Amino acid sequence: MSLDVKEERKALIEEVLKEYPEKTAKKRAKHLNVYEEGKPDCGVKSNIKSIPGVMTVRGCAYAGAKGVVWGPVKDMVHISHGPVGCGHYSWSQRRNYVNGTMGVDSWVTMQITSDFQEKDIVFGGDKKLEKMIDEIESVFPLNKGISVMSECPIGLIGDDIEAVSKKKAKEIGKVIAPVRCEGFRGVSQSLGHHIANDVMRDYVVDKAAGKEFDGTPYDVVIVGDYNIGGDAWASRILLEEMGLRVIAQWSGDASVAEMERGSKAKLNLIHCYRSMNYICRHMEEKYGIPWTEYNFFGPSQIAKSLRSIAAHFDDKIKEGAERVIAKYQPLVDAVIAKYRPRLEGKRIMLYVGGLRPRHVSDAYGDLGIEVIGTGYEFAHNDDYQRTTEHIKDGTLVYDDVSEFELEKFIEKLRPDLVGSGIKEKYGTQKMGVPFRQLHSWDYSGPYHGYDGFAIFTRDMDLAVNNPVWSLTKAPWKAA
Amino acid sequence: MPQSAEKILDHSKLFNEPEYQKLFEDKKQFEGCHPEELVAAQAAHINTWEYREKNFAREALTVNPAKACQPLGAVFAAAGFEHTLPFNHGSQGCTAYFRSHLTRHFKEPCPAVSTSMTEDAAVFGGLQNMIDGLQNAYQVYKPKLIAVSTTCIAEVIGDDLNAFIGKAREKGAIPEDFPVAYAHTPSFVGSHVVGYDLMVKGVLSCFWDKAERTPTAKINIIPGFDGYVVGNNRELKRILGEFGVEFTIMADSSDFFDTPTDGTYRMFDGGTKLTDVAEGLNAKATISLQQYCSTKTLEYAQSKGQDVASFHYPMGVSATDELLMKISEITGKPVPATLERERGRLVDAMADSSAWLHGKTVSIFGDPDFVYGMARFAMELGMEPVHCLSTNGTKEWVAQMDELLKGNSYGAKGQVWAGKDLWHMRSLLATEPSEFLIGSSYGKYLEKDLGIPLIRLTFPIFDRHHHHRFPTFGYQGGLRVLVTILDKILDVLDVETAKTGISYDLVR
Repeated sequence: MSLDVKEERKALIEEVLKEYPEKTAKKRAKHLNVYEEGKPDCGVKSNIKSIPGVMTVRGCAYAGAKGVVWGPVKDMVHISHGPVGCGHYSWSQRRNYVNGTMGVDSWVTMQITSDFQEKDIVFGGDKKLEKMIDEIESVFPLNKGISVMSECPIGLIGDDIEAVSKKKAKEIGKVIAPVRCEGFRGVSQSLGHHIANDVMRDYVVDKAAGKEFDGTPYDVVIVGDYNIGGDAWASRILLEEMGLRVIAQWSGDASVAEMERGSKAKLNLIHCYRSMNYICRHMEEKYGIPWTEYNFFGPSQIAKSLRSIAAHFDDKIKEGAERVIAKYQPLVDAVIAKYRPRLEGKRIMLYVGGLRPRHVSDAYGDLGIEVIGTGYEFAHNDDYQRTTEHIKDGTLVYDDVSEFELEKFIEKLRPDLVGSGIKEKYGTQKMGVPFRQLHSWDYSGPYHGYDGFAIFTRDMDLAVNNPVWSLTKAPWKAA
Repeated sequence: MPQSAEKILDHSKLFNEPEYQKLFEDKKQFEGCHPEELVAAQAAHINTWEYREKNFAREALTVNPAKACQPLGAVFAAAGFEHTLPFNHGSQGCTAYFRSHLTRHFKEPCPAVSTSMTEDAAVFGGLQNMIDGLQNAYQVYKPKLIAVSTTCIAEVIGDDLNAFIGKAREKGAIPEDFPVAYAHTPSFVGSHVVGYDLMVKGVLSCFWDKAERTPTAKINIIPGFDGYVVGNNRELKRILGEFGVEFTIMADSSDFFDTPTDGTYRMFDGGTKLTDVAEGLNAKATISLQQYCSTKTLEYAQSKGQDVASFHYPMGVSATDELLMKISEITGKPVPATLERERGRLVDAMADSSAWLHGKTVSIFGDPDFVYGMARFAMELGMEPVHCLSTNGTKEWVAQMDELLKGNSYGAKGQVWAGKDLWHMRSLLATEPSEFLIGSSYGKYLEKDLGIPLIRLTFPIFDRHHHHRFPTFGYQGGLRVLVTILDKILDVLDVETAKTGISYDLVR
């Protein structure tokens, strides 16, 4: 990266900071940087409280726990415990695909809530929770368990959801997991992930560790793939093809039986490190199960990951990995031959959650698209360290960016494509800049695996090269 | 291998390919699922009367409620005022949810800020968050008005908005004379329609409380929480323009949720001018188009000496007639001939199509005013409402609905359900089905399970685009609603008759 460009981007950061009150500017300055090659991290602070009033993009612990980690477990009933809103806005929004019959043996696309009223706030909701669990047993008898996802008021009014859960679990003989993911806890979704992991450890994995299981030397668990648009399926197919046996998916299209099998794998494979590394570390410490990160975005990273996974196993699996890579190479070649000429040299800015701002970077690289800016909503410092191997010198890095900053960055850098979330999509497009949602895959997907790479590529092309972008200026207006 | 560069299959087709079907089959051995017979038996059971009774015995458990919480309505209302920044005092996740929710419906950005309260604020109160939040929002986004609503945490710990905003002024976070409207909007009371009401009242109070009223001939119109606000408010302005009356729409977010793609992002656009809000105190009357979105606001307007009137989402012929006659009555201006012409055209269209609509049974769910207005228009079209359900409906609403249905021979089959959710609706439709269902996108699960075609006519509509750009209010809106219903009926008929070819007619 030329010095000029780096200086320009640094000046842009200064320009943006100038608009803030002094105290805010000082705080925000620590979260914005131009990456210097060779540095061990991206030079930004992270996982710190958002500043009031600046319009952070972040969500809350409930969103991380219910919306991300627990919500996709299909044969459990997940209670949004508290007032009606949180469950309403997260109702069926994350496209965690499952096989099952809604309301019979699967509840992922339903909004189950205690719909707290004023009296519940005043007198507490524990009795109501007990009654709800009975009613769930009556109307949804095939459920394999229940989770209690706390909304803000629960922790404030002193409800004892742990006691209720313990008592009722004994009564009904199923898992009841109380999750203390009140939205005010922590600084973002991230603490919600951690809390959700801990509850999974205490209420599911460890309790079921003694259960018999007929294992094989090739047993693996997919961790941190939420099957958005079918991502986990497009990943599982590759792992099975190389000869591994996937004994559980956490937590996309997952079942209680799969969660309970946590202590049985030979190797845990983690995709979304940020949201589920905690449980992997636990299974390593307690059950001695090694874990490895992998990345199934784009052919370079897929091949690299398949080989590094295979390295944990015998020659049969290593050959399997090579076989899989060879099998899909013609597809990869054909996709790249068709689309790379249309995408080569384009520039993208990313702003996503805790993983994709680095994970998708090389997939764009496979298509000749350069990442000029990237940042996370809720990453920690270890994520920014992991990011360095995926980005170039001079990349603009922004942590917990405010809508104001992001808008200014996009306006000034004029990328050819922005990949971020629903809240950022339409404002960006109004500026005439193509956009793809990188949380929900913009209602497309899967994007993982080789099958997903083809779809990912098609989608980036249809965004960048869409005819609509040539129409944003009226012809009678001077250029 | 299912995937190829020539024909790229996404999720809608990819997973039907044999490779993935086999993967699903193989995965089952790890899922510990129930035996297929048991699942099939339960799937059949949930369609029975016996299950309906069990389902209706629920007292604590709510499943798929068709309602949101107060602050969503407050954000929506705030977006209707000129250069106004919706501002939530509470946890930041709430605000992220409101923004996403409204954006998914309108396919438009929805800026709003939060005071990002966390654990320390829960212990010590959110005063500092309020002060910092107001200062940052004021300086960075340069609004003309900040509209503060609350989410759970602030309500549970009892933060006092009025006092906090005052403190923020004292500390110099915002100028002494900068207007900040506010409304306490606890999510554990009422629903989004109440939050809408309280925020409109909050904004009016901000400008009216300390002002003197000098009555004029103008009227104020409150449209209410309306997913079709873009089409409807523009239609409303056109109707009032035809009348030649002077009016102010209080909370007009039609431009906020409909800005052009021309290279510039407008964070604020349109909205009720703040000078018009202030001037609105002098209005002769305030008319609400949705009673349940304006209870407190109308009380307030009345306390200021204005005449007030309210409607239930005026759709179709007689509901529009009533609205126009009320406007005529208040302003002393006759209903213009142009609108009478439009009325005739709607009646003409209804007469042309009535054979296809007549006697069709329909169930309706949504906000109370919508369900009322929709049921009323459906009966004008000769359709017969079966289940009319509003999760946020009240006892008063039930009485109004009963009266509406009782007074009409097409309402004889009608049953009214307040406080029930869409899992109740599932049991109702499984045991006493209607031919069609009218509601929001959430109805698509009922459509899938029960094979009852869904007609999307109310908020939120996530899975179809742009419907909100066309009006449903007034005679013109009536045409749009008629066509939407009729298209669905005829599409379904074509799909059905295509199976044998008999009655697959070119002319209908």
